[in-house]
Amino acid sequence: MAILEVHNIEKHFGPTRVLEDISFDLEQGQALAIIGSSGSGKTTLLRCLNFLETPDKGTISVLGNVIFDAADPATQRESEVRKKRLHFGLVFQSFNLFPQYTALENVTLAVKLLAKERPDFKANKKQIYEQIEAHGMELLSDIGLANRASHYPHQLSGGQQQRVAIARALALKPDILCFDEPTSALDPELTGEVLRVIRGLAEQKTTMIIVTHEMAFARDVADQVIFMDSGVIVEQGPARRVIEHPAQERTRQFLSRYAENA
Amino acid sequence: MLEFFASPTTQTVLGALNEGFLRTLELFCITLIGALPLGLLIALGSMNQFGPLKFLRRGDQGPILDKILGIRPISFVCRLLVWVVRGTPLVLQIIILFYVPGMQRLFNWPSGERGRMLAVCIAFVLNYACYFSEIYRGGIQGVSVGQQEAGLVLGMTKSQIFFKVTLLQMIKRIVPPISNEVITLVKDTSLARVIALQEVIWMGESFMKGNRGISGLVWPLFFTAVYYLVFSGVVTILLARLEKKLEYFR
Repeated sequence: MAILEVHNIEKHFGPTRVLEDISFDLEQGQALAIIGSSGSGKTTLLRCLNFLETPDKGTISVLGNVIFDAADPATQRESEVRKKRLHFGLVFQSFNLFPQYTALENVTLAVKLLAKERPDFKANKKQIYEQIEAHGMELLSDIGLANRASHYPHQLSGGQQQRVAIARALALKPDILCFDEPTSALDPELTGEVLRVIRGLAEQKTTMIIVTHEMAFARDVADQVIFMDSGVIVEQGPARRVIEHPAQERTRQFLSRYAENA
Repeated sequence: MLEFFASPTTQTVLGALNEGFLRTLELFCITLIGALPLGLLIALGSMNQFGPLKFLRRGDQGPILDKILGIRPISFVCRLLVWVVRGTPLVLQIIILFYVPGMQRLFNWPSGERGRMLAVCIAFVLNYACYFSEIYRGGIQGVSVGQQEAGLVLGMTKSQIFFKVTLLQMIKRIVPPISNEVITLVKDTSLARVIALQEVIWMGESFMKGNRGISGLVWPLFFTAVYYLVFSGVVTILLARLEKKLEYFR
């Protein structure tokens, strides 16, 4: 069964239609890359999945449960949206680390706040916090930043900041991890370290959706690729097939323009 | 020199100036304690999005009806208050607040110095809260939307995001402009003399006209400047320390 099913998502900003009839499935353990030119709606789609935007039409289901239905206001209640967001993690283009917290605190803050809602929190507070911190350290060492745990974001390079942001998203153990152009704000020499971390996650069968402009990366790491243009899905299929042998003329144009610039 | 300080006249004058300065200090502290949190409330109020008629908006009803349906009452009232309070002199607010309630038989302030102090404190708290609120608003809006969104996708509640993420970043941003206002407040406290609150300048001036059997002295008035200089010096150092403390992040 698909872990994520998106059906007929449509989104307008005022009179402008930014997403139209978006439907796709994602299997557990697969990585999906979304490619397309700027303004094609890729980021808006990710933001819809993370409840940062509310689609005007369509449904989103995770593990067979409808978590969003544009036609059913009951699925959009503020109190429940907060919990539903936790199915997804989101890594931003601009990292958005909290500047006043260290790398480790960035990773553990939300987990600690959520732990307060556990019924056994009062009794085991110390133990729970120790566990959370140990897990946070583990995540930081997985991305090779254990020795930067007590550094503040401004003391880290862009690549290191983005890796901490990935650890922060992973700390909440989301079902699906989303990346919104994770390397677009980085100097070229820093993209490698971030892409390596994402590649590592793909090898561990983390379910992911990656909006990216790195075509070679999408081809090598993603299982599926969606090509979007002007708010619609033009083509979707296995990554290698779509990027190396696109079936649609528009996809071909986009990829060849890309190859010229690269 | 020593003789001058030892003379009974000087002792009386300095005693009176100290007494006046304590009142100045009291007004200063009460204003800060009241206006800093009240300003935050007004700032949050003026950014409040609550609009009871918003659901009637369709976007095709024309600009005038759209404006009316989009009205946000809490925000409107807060902005109106800020406009009136910032748009009129503090001296006028003090005079109105102190004299009008009694003249219109609404209520009477407690008699004597206590009543003056109470009225002046309320005027100062309200006035400075409005100035602070605009500084807060700038500070909150200056924290990037990405910070809020990062909090949201991490499952944090709006209040957790405000207190754990936005607040400290806002405080860091507003320390310099707030410092400016606080230094101004040090000196603005002297406006309280308009309703004869016996603060330090009132005291200094009184020895020109005659007070406690002393008259015709000019130096006490000049000497009040020393109090202000020392006071604003201390405040400047404290605020600079706070600024330094918040330098650990950017």
